[in-house]
Order: sequence, then C-alpha cells, then structure tokens
Amino acid sequence: MRIRLFESALIECQKLGEIVGSLHTYIGEEAVAVGACVALNDDDYIAGNHRSHGHPIAKGGDINKAMAEIFGKRDGYCKGKGGSMHLADFSIGILGESGIVASSVPVATGAALASKLKNEDFISLVFFGDGASNQGACHESMNLAALWKLPVIFVCENNQFAVTTSYKDSVSVDHISDRASAYGIPGVLVDGQDALAMYEATSEAVNRARSGQGPTLIEGLTYRYEDHSLGLASVRRDQSYRSDEEVEKWRKRDPIEVLKSNMMKQNIITQKEFDEIEEKEKISVEKAVDFARKSPFPEPKELYDDLFTDPIEYA
Amino acid sequence: MYVEALNEAIFEEMERDGSVYYMGEDVRASIYGASKGLFAAYGENRVLDTPLSENGFIGAAVGSSLVGMRPIVETLTSFMWVAMDQLISQLAKMKYMFGGQASLPVTIRAVMYYNGGAAAHHSDRSYPMFMNMPGIKVIVPTFPEDAKGLMKTAVRDNDPCIIFEDGNLGGIKGDVPDDKDEEFLIPFGKGKLLREGTDCTVVGIAGGNIHAINAAEKLEKDGISVEVIDPRTLVPLDKEIILKSVEKTGRLVVVDPAHKVCSAASEIISVVTEQGFWNLQAPPAKVAAEQVHIPFTQALEPLIFPTEEKIMNAVKGTLE
Repeated sequence: MRIRLFESALIECQKLGEIVGSLHTYIGEEAVAVGACVALNDDDYIAGNHRSHGHPIAKGGDINKAMAEIFGKRDGYCKGKGGSMHLADFSIGILGESGIVASSVPVATGAALASKLKNEDFISLVFFGDGASNQGACHESMNLAALWKLPVIFVCENNQFAVTTSYKDSVSVDHISDRASAYGIPGVLVDGQDALAMYEATSEAVNRARSGQGPTLIEGLTYRYEDHSLGLASVRRDQSYRSDEEVEKWRKRDPIEVLKSNMMKQNIITQKEFDEIEEKEKISVEKAVDFARKSPFPEPKELYDDLFTDPIEYA
Repeated sequence: MYVEALNEAIFEEMERDGSVYYMGEDVRASIYGASKGLFAAYGENRVLDTPLSENGFIGAAVGSSLVGMRPIVETLTSFMWVAMDQLISQLAKMKYMFGGQASLPVTIRAVMYYNGGAAAHHSDRSYPMFMNMPGIKVIVPTFPEDAKGLMKTAVRDNDPCIIFEDGNLGGIKGDVPDDKDEEFLIPFGKGKLLREGTDCTVVGIAGGNIHAINAAEKLEKDGISVEVIDPRTLVPLDKEIILKSVEKTGRLVVVDPAHKVCSAASEIISVVTEQGFWNLQAPPAKVAAEQVHIPFTQALEPLIFPTEEKIMNAVKGTLE
C-alpha cells in the first residue's frame, strides 16, 4: 500500500516537472518485495535493481528520505547523488540498487559470503528481473553461492518483459526458476501477486540459508502495469508488445486486493481498518512529498564530496 | 624480490587484521608466487580459490567489503575486462552514488604480463583506463620495497585500490626493510626520486623505471644528466615532485608501458603543460607503447614497448 501510494505520488510529481530523469515504477509487483522482506530480519541485507522503489520501502526504509532522493535533494538517502535507481540505506541493510541489470546480484552474494566468513547469522536477498536472469553475473553468482553454500536468496521478479521483450522470447526454459537445477539449488515458482505466497516461499529459503544449506532461487511471476520507464520520451514505446486485455487481466489480480481479500476472509482485517491504513499511508506519502519539496538541493561545493572514504585530490 | 615483498605484505596484513581475506584463481596453489603459504597459514575461510568467474567473484568481494570485510583479490589485468561491470558500475561508483554510505576497502592485485610472447589477450596494461574512472586509487610499484609498502597501505585504505604489478618485475631484486617492521607503510601520492639530474626529468611508470634508470646511466657517459622520478601511484598523483623537477631541468620525458593514447604519460604531460608550462624549455616527450595490439611474434612485439634506446633518443630530442 505504501509502495503503491508512494509511486503514485511520484508519477504525479513527475508530471509536474518536479522529478527529472527516468522513473521505473513497480506498480503491480509490490507483493514480491513485501512478501520477501517481511520474511527477513532487520539485520539481513537486500539489494535491488533499477526498479527499486518498492524494495527499500518493504525493508522499512524512510519514505521521506526516499522521496527527497528521487527529487535530487540533499536530505535524500544519497544526498541527491543516486536518484531513483540508487536508493540505499546501509543502516537498515539496504545495500543499494543497481541501474545495471544483474549488477547487484554478485554484490548481494558477497554480503552473504561475508556472513559465512565472519561466521555470523545474517543473510542477504537480491531482487532482479527476468531480463537480468540472462546476464552472466546472475549465473556466476548462483554457481558461487551454490558452491560455497552461501546464505543468499535470489528473488527473480518475473514481470514478463525486459523493456518490451517477453521472457518467453529470451529465456530458454519455461520458467526462470527451472534454472536452479543447473546449480543444484531449489528453484521455486511463486504467484508474485500473492504476498503471503511470497512470504511463505521466502521464509523457507531463509531457513535454508540460515541453517547453512545455501541459496534458493525464487521466481515471483508478476506484472508491471506501467510502461518500462516513465519520464524519458525515448524509452516510451508503443504498447504493441502487449495487449490492453492482458494488462487489464493482470490488473484484476492486483496484489493489494489479493492480500486484502485474503486477510478479510480470515477475519484479520475489516474494510474499515483497511480504509484507515490507506488514509494513514496517504497522509505519510503527502508528508514525504512535502519533505522532498522543502529539502534544499545540494550546493555546487558538494560535487566532489563522498567520492572517497580516505579523500585524495585529483591532479 | 618483488613477489616475495608482496607475499610478506599480504602475510603481515592478514595477521594484523582478521577481516582481511584473499581470493582469486589458483591462489591456494600460488601459481604466481605472491600467495605462497597463505592457505597453509590461514585456511579455507581466509584464502579462497574461485571459479573462473571474475565478474562474479570481484562482485562478491565488493559485496563483502560493504559489510565489514577487507578482500585482497588476485587477478591479471587481462582478466579484468570480464569483470568491468563490477569494477566500474559497483566498486568505483558505489560510494559516491550512495552519498558516501558505502565504504569499499577492496584491494585488487592486477598483474600485467607483457613483452614475453603472451600475445594480445594476455598483455594488457590497463591502468590508464582506471585513472580515467573516478573512485579508484591506482598504484604502480616498481621496486620491492614500494610493492610491499604500497600493498600494506592499500589493504588499510578504505577505498578501492588497484595495484598494477608489472610482471616483468617479478624477479627484480631490491632491499626491503626488515620484515619485522609491520608498520612499513608508503603513503599514496608520494613519488620517489630515483636518480638526481639537471638536464632532463624522466618520469617512469612501473617497469618503465628500469629502462629509465639504465638509459640515464648511459646518457651520463655522454654528459647528459637525467633525473628519474617514480610517481609510485597514479591516483593520487604526486604532481609536486614532477613539477619541481621540471622547474629544475626544463625538460620532461615520460616512460609508460601502456598504450600511448590517453595514457598515464598523456596525463602527466598534461599536468606539467598546464601547471608548469613556463618552466619548459622543450616540448615534453612520451615514450609509451605503440597504439596497436600486442603481436605474438618476437619479430614485432619488442617494437611496441619503451626501451632504453627510445628513452635515450627522447631525452636527446628534448635537448636539441
């Protein structure tokens, strides 16, 4: 809910010209991040990709800082230097998002390696897409993690399109989760519109990882409602790669509605409570937009800040 | 010797700090020498043999550094191409991109084999490309003591450091301070005066310094006094030592085993031209590798790289 409202606000702010650059929305895919992150501990790590507003929010990130970052403001998570594709909060285990697809997969694997080398209990989880699953970085990491039995969970968010190319035209097997067998690790295909299913699958993977049994590949089959990227006219495509009917079909299995109806069926939540949550979240997102608007831009003198931990001067 | 000095440095730093670990291909067997004895001493959790997956394991080193480890990664420059995504998109950029949140104390040992019939795929000297990329410290030791002191500094430094080790120097001998001196650290950005002279400044990069010194000794007999400077690190670059020397000699030759276009030599000449132009009495000269791939045949490969003769001619050229 928070992710949905956050991104809806982003779209509005972009239309107003307050956000520049590309904006890859996660709307329609939220159950994957929410289900997965709820299964993690606070001191576990996650890493994400270019479509990663939802992951840090699901891990408990601060939406004020996230919004300010996407506005390019100094109070943003990365002081305005990262933007939409590079949110990070190391203090709560968000190792950052990567604009290059699959590039954060080795990084998350390395965090899991550190857990093993230090003999600690934390694990890591990385989100990547169907397109990224074709990158060598992905395969090298799965081999390494399986070989060394690293506590890492590979979560492939199969939203079915790499920009406009269907995974059916780019993946050599029926399901991305089938690829797990090549590394001798479990591969699980999950309904990515169902947060509870994602939670259950991730919890099992968490247990495996924490007990030294190594990695798991989870494929959450999902759908992005919006275009690949909003904001960059050159990246906007005609919609011929998918039909309106197909988009509508997926919208009918909206992850928020699926979770809500599950919870209502089990008498965990009433419509009134749901409405109250929605209202509360709307207010917090409005506050985040307000926070981002009021935050100052970085000063020109901050250009070279944070390039090094032990600073040097360039000749 | 050079390789032994590196080995000593790695041992000392692994002993000193439990978060330092070593990874690479065939490092337990130590086929290149610098990791000799490490596996026996530190075992499987600190000395990791990796699959042939440079992008994967360099990325893993990066990820581990974000959560408190200090990896030393051994590889060859020519294998770094397959890891460029992790080296550039992650290692170099993460700290800045995340507003300073990340610290990436990763040391990469990048060995350069060239001028030995290794042909185009195994003869790279890629440090200029990494000088061009913000966020990486670039180290080019020539002598064993520098290799040791700079390696130790790199391991303790909190930023990505790539040590470009000239494979032709593996057997170079030289004094290394008492190996009991575990605090033998050489700061980055401090060049070394290898030889004093008054007529021309020669700045050497990595193995280029050996040719530069030999050339200087021969030129001495012709009555030409050459000052030789080893910058030791290219990022950061000790521009003061170079500018000061050119102020004295008025002439500059840079010896660089990398390809000459956008080379370390290009950058050093640019710095001197911009910041020391009025001290120059002749145009600076570049003695760098020819801008062509490395041919296998011994009929052609030796034509590529800096030699004593090329350096002597370049120095004489600045004096004409």
